[in-house]
Amino acid sequence: MKNYLFIIILFCLPFVVLSQKQAYLITIDELNNRIDKGTDTTYIINFWATWCAPCIKELSHFEKLGQQLKTEKLKVLLISVDFKSQLVSSVIPFIKRKKLKSEVFLLDEENQQEFIERIDTSWSGSIPATLFVKNNRRKFIEKDLTYDELAEEYKSFN
Amino acid sequence: MKKYITICFTFFCFFTKAQVITIAPGKIAPDIKLLNIDDKLVSFNDYPSAKGFIVVFTCNTCPYSKAYEQRIIELNNKYAALGFPVIAINPNDPEASPGDNFAKMKQRAKSSKYNFPYLYDKGQAVTTLYGAKNTPHVFIVSKTAQGNIIEYTGAIDNDTPNTNPGKTRYVEEALSALLNNKKPAITVTKAIGCRVSWKKDKQG
Repeated sequence: MKNYLFIIILFCLPFVVLSQKQAYLITIDELNNRIDKGTDTTYIINFWATWCAPCIKELSHFEKLGQQLKTEKLKVLLISVDFKSQLVSSVIPFIKRKKLKSEVFLLDEENQQEFIERIDTSWSGSIPATLFVKNNRRKFIEKDLTYDELAEEYKSFN
Repeated sequence: MKKYITICFTFFCFFTKAQVITIAPGKIAPDIKLLNIDDKLVSFNDYPSAKGFIVVFTCNTCPYSKAYEQRIIELNNKYAALGFPVIAINPNDPEASPGDNFAKMKQRAKSSKYNFPYLYDKGQAVTTLYGAKNTPHVFIVSKTAQGNIIEYTGAIDNDTPNTNPGKTRYVEEALSALLNNKKPAITVTKAIGCRVSWKKDKQG
């Protein structure tokens, strides 16, 4: 009996570990696929990094909006532009420390010039920056947002 | 009437402050005369034998600037002797970004052994004239019969973490063209990095 229990625990362990808050790598293609699938969903995609003070300040607003509007077809995706080498050392510990509830990714693209163009041609390449997407409509904002500004942007976009 | 003027002026201020426009290649490079970390003023005129300059807006605190620091030193090592020295300018307001104040700039230049001037843009006038947006933001300037001309604006290369050996080295490619009396093929890229920390009443 003890043995069975041990095997069951051993079997479940990876699932427990995986269900913990993580950040996954995402390419622009994967992001676009994801957006294309959710046609009736509004995506708020925030680009941030663990070293960016205004971004960190702003993250709580995105978390709050995502939580408050749980019943709406809204998906908040937090995409970190930290260097890939920082995923395990900085990004995942940061998610755990801040107990982030939104989905978190780390951008998996090598050519920076190319990916910022693909997100929005007006993007100068600084963060925080936020993209609103619903169906084929997009709105890109390259500045810090207060909670009220974010809620207002969402309302007017939606 | 006065009220209208005030409204117009306020709107104008808001508008100009909200938008920093990066100077375009082909335009005259605005003169600089800024305080270096050795407490002496530096301007283009201090380099009579230079063919041009690699002006880099960079700072102490930004992780992108830190990632590029060694590459900026190497650019000066390679191109100063060929006539294009590096002139680094810290665009950040020291109140908005205390880690970038003049004392800290001196420390950074010393500990990282900068072999080029590192200038403090007090009041951010030069940053505004060039329209530097993020750090690091490069402006390659060449001396011509028409004056100092902007030849290239943007990033050093397209690989901040410096992990891709096949990266495109925009600044080196532009300089190599200029040294062969040609125009750079790519004259504008995006200067991916940290947004310039503007003085409180001003937003980039």
